[in-house]
Amino acid sequence: MPTMKKYNLLLIACSLFLLMSSPKANAQTDPLIEKVAQKLALVNDYVAEGVMKTNVSFIKASLGKVKVYFKKPNLLKVKKEGGISLLPRGGVSLTINTLLNTKQYTTIAAGTQELNGKNLTVIKLIPTDDNLDWVISTLWIDPAEALVYKTATTTKENGSYEILMQYGEYAKYGLASKIIFSFNTKDYKLPNGITLEFGDENPTAKQKALKNKKGTIEITYNNYLINKGVPNSIF
Amino acid sequence: MWSLINIELYKIFRRPRTYIAFGAIAALIVVIQLGLKIDGDAYAGFLMKDINDTLTVDGKVLNGYLICYILLQLLLVHVPLLVALIAADMISGEANLGTLRLLFSTPYSRTHWVIAKFIAASIYTILLLIWLAFLALFVSMWIFGTDDLFLMKSNYVVLIEQSDVLWRYVGAFVFASFSLLTVTSLGFLMSSLSNNSIGPIVGTMSAIVFFTILSTLNIPLFNLVKPYLFTTHMNNWKEFFDIKVNIDNEAIRGSILNIPKIKTSLIVLSLHIVLFVSASILILKKKDILS
Repeated sequence: MPTMKKYNLLLIACSLFLLMSSPKANAQTDPLIEKVAQKLALVNDYVAEGVMKTNVSFIKASLGKVKVYFKKPNLLKVKKEGGISLLPRGGVSLTINTLLNTKQYTTIAAGTQELNGKNLTVIKLIPTDDNLDWVISTLWIDPAEALVYKTATTTKENGSYEILMQYGEYAKYGLASKIIFSFNTKDYKLPNGITLEFGDENPTAKQKALKNKKGTIEITYNNYLINKGVPNSIF
Repeated sequence: MWSLINIELYKIFRRPRTYIAFGAIAALIVVIQLGLKIDGDAYAGFLMKDINDTLTVDGKVLNGYLICYILLQLLLVHVPLLVALIAADMISGEANLGTLRLLFSTPYSRTHWVIAKFIAASIYTILLLIWLAFLALFVSMWIFGTDDLFLMKSNYVVLIEQSDVLWRYVGAFVFASFSLLTVTSLGFLMSSLSNNSIGPIVGTMSAIVFFTILSTLNIPLFNLVKPYLFTTHMNNWKEFFDIKVNIDNEAIRGSILNIPKIKTSLIVLSLHIVLFVSASILILKKKDILS
């Protein structure tokens, strides 16, 4: 009997241990996320050239050539060639590479969804490090290609962002050929006394038309230089 | 005619009063440039507070092009007052000194003299504008460098590529020359009505202030007369810095949003110039010079 008791106690202890550790163990070993992460791990750094389009209701800007620099684990910089660039506050750095390379997250499966004719697996990431900028991120992943087609991330200080991705010849590295950042814009208004724009014919109508719009930044990449080294000074 | 213009130019540039305007413009621009050089980032931060809530702006926002735009916004309202100092004295000053009778008794007709005086006053006005352009644009470009022009208007922001900016300033300065020549012609008309200098100078300044206030107030009653006031059109040089966007909200390089507005303003200003100068000629042709 005492031996039975010992076995029972050992069984209970093992069960408790498994119960306590199973969610975390499941999350960390989510095979799809692992598959995506493995693909992204092939890239230590890259320099990508592309064209950026700013589409914010209260901004009139033309297309601009940009260079995007990335270095593991989560350094990312978008630079416009010889000009002023406008980027969503804090959001542009939250790409798939920067999210997954930290390895400081837990995952929750959230079913499947169809997006642009593709049946995608939805996985939610929750950071395990309180110091990270983001609170939760949802990933729409193609299980066959192990490519992330959409992310929706909520940050602590800079609101929510959605990133849509399209893939081309660099899909084998998990690098997109086009990304579209969507973000909420706040109202923009400067007093006429500052801009010295008096006598505007119909300022209220103009302002009404510009309110409550979502902004997007689109970057279409022409080419990537992968694993050729990027100096830290760029970031 | 050229000799008459030369005589009038000599008279203008011999007077110390002429250089007050050049000095005042230089002093104002240098003070503003100095202030923005020392504390420009704080000023830009204040302007961009709303933008910074949503977006990160990377680049040299406070560059020579933006400084020039800020300076023109501030100065093109006040330069007309400096123009009035000379233009409104062109005929009344001579009448006050008693030399107008002498001029009009020469073999040249009164019309010749009036046109020569107007051309001389216009040359002074254009030189003042060139001086303003040199200090506001080229000196600012030299001090602050160049980059894209990031313009913060009341309801929206315009980002113009730096290679697309300079021709807009050329257009804006040409437009501003029409605005200032309208003031010159108004001063000239005032000058033809009086026999002393102070009255026309103060009268011209008062007219500019009065009509500017009418132009800036959004009151339905005033909106009826606004399109006919030259002060409504004087500030439309800013239209050169507003660009068209296509259906995807992409700014179209080299475009101007409202060309008809610029054309209308130029026509209205030109009509005012012709009207004021013609009226001056008619008044002086019939004027009995007693001084």
